[in-house]
Amino acid sequence: MRRNAVTVVGAAETTNLGVIPDLSQIGLHADAALNAMADCGLRPKDIDGIACAATETPVMLAHYLGITPTWIDGTAVGGCSFMIHVRHAAAAIEAGLAKTILITHGESGRSRIGNPARPVPPQSLNGQFEQPYGPMGPPSMFTIPVLRYMKTYGVTEEQIAQVCVVQREWAAKNPRATFKTPISTEDVLNSRMIAWPFRLLMCCLVTDGGGALILTSAERAQDFKTKPVYILGTGESAETPMVSQMEDFTSSRAFRVAGPTAFQQAGINVRDVDHLMIYDAFAHLPIYGLEDLGFLPRGEAAAFIAERNTAPGGSLPLNTNGGGLSYMHSGMYGMYALQESVRQMRGIAPAQVPDAKISVCHGVGGMFAASGTIIFSNQDP
Amino acid sequence: MPVPTPETQGFWDGTNAGELRLQRCDACGKNYFPPRPFCPACASRKVSWFKASGRAVLWSYVIHHRPVPGFKPPYAIAVVQLAEGPRMMSNIVECEQTPEALVLDMELEVVFERQNDTITLPLFRPAASAKG
Repeated sequence: MRRNAVTVVGAAETTNLGVIPDLSQIGLHADAALNAMADCGLRPKDIDGIACAATETPVMLAHYLGITPTWIDGTAVGGCSFMIHVRHAAAAIEAGLAKTILITHGESGRSRIGNPARPVPPQSLNGQFEQPYGPMGPPSMFTIPVLRYMKTYGVTEEQIAQVCVVQREWAAKNPRATFKTPISTEDVLNSRMIAWPFRLLMCCLVTDGGGALILTSAERAQDFKTKPVYILGTGESAETPMVSQMEDFTSSRAFRVAGPTAFQQAGINVRDVDHLMIYDAFAHLPIYGLEDLGFLPRGEAAAFIAERNTAPGGSLPLNTNGGGLSYMHSGMYGMYALQESVRQMRGIAPAQVPDAKISVCHGVGGMFAASGTIIFSNQDP
Repeated sequence: MPVPTPETQGFWDGTNAGELRLQRCDACGKNYFPPRPFCPACASRKVSWFKASGRAVLWSYVIHHRPVPGFKPPYAIAVVQLAEGPRMMSNIVECEQTPEALVLDMELEVVFERQNDTITLPLFRPAASAKG
């Protein structure tokens, strides 16, 4: 793909975030999609490509919104599905398969309207070889590798708690963040034990919301009133649906493939990055992400965060919306990380990073199962 | 409760017989888990079941504090590193479910716990040789 060939011209979240009892899940998709179309002055007839992740399919959304697509993508690999949609959409626009692509997400994670529980099938490998041992969703599964990481690198529970403290500081600057009240390391460590060493405040929120993006070629971007956000590089990968089968409990193979693929395509290195989003369903994810993307040597990311390098005023602004830990997390968070990267590149984020020119947005799907990375810029070099 | 498939039945037949069975590739020698009728390293379909030693070390875990049917919190959900190479999820029994008692790299041995007529789960306890 030619560099800077594709841009984000429309971006919006749902009108409300948090608890939204008056919209079903597909309604949240639609609310976000209508807001994104209004953002860039488009109507459904102007859209010829659509992508979304489960439970809704692109067929459902095309019909619901009145879109006749020439390109559809229903990649559903968890919370990084939206990064992967962006990657596929950019390639599709490059290849001429579609001109204007809408990516939507809506999730009634808290109110669970039109979002039924999906039990693990007992014949699946997860159902046979993980579920019998008493896990209850991500808080008791995604967290299992962390003790091995802590032992390998001598990382403490206090350092992991610092991830939550720092991100709450960013959330305090965001009027739409769910949690804005400052917290201390002690608050995190004294919060309710969920799955030792993980306490409640080390786990993401469970909220309702959605978001949508509209992509088109850079050539057409000047027809829109919004400031174009260029896609410099993208990456995706997968490792295993079973957290117990990760090759290395201190590092994600999917991260190590997706991240460098995006950096290589963008032709940049980590020192060029002004703003960073790393999907934080749990407090350890920014630590793994910083190391697997090459920002820090192995074992150094927890101390880097605890020393406030990613906090407001630090050298590497990270998760500036407050992240899944404090901003919002409806279940598949990647769309909200992308929205914050786009806001930062447009220069309109509530906690705007001054003069930020390159933003990296890194997502995880499942429990270290999959990954997607997008590198944005507001510069057309 | 697990529902075996044709590809995994050999594992569950093993636990019902009091054996922890893994698979080995006849072509490249790789030991692997979870079960499948081909080698994940070299794709050979020539693979064989074998009885593993049942020895393992504690690789990583969490201690779950929330209620789950059939479990009494707090209880550890663990991943063990088998002596033969593969890792698997399990529970640690005959051991206090505390960070002090559950020490990474402690030696473990398999025990079998029958759940119903078709399923016996492999669980792990501190190895006899490691007990003080």
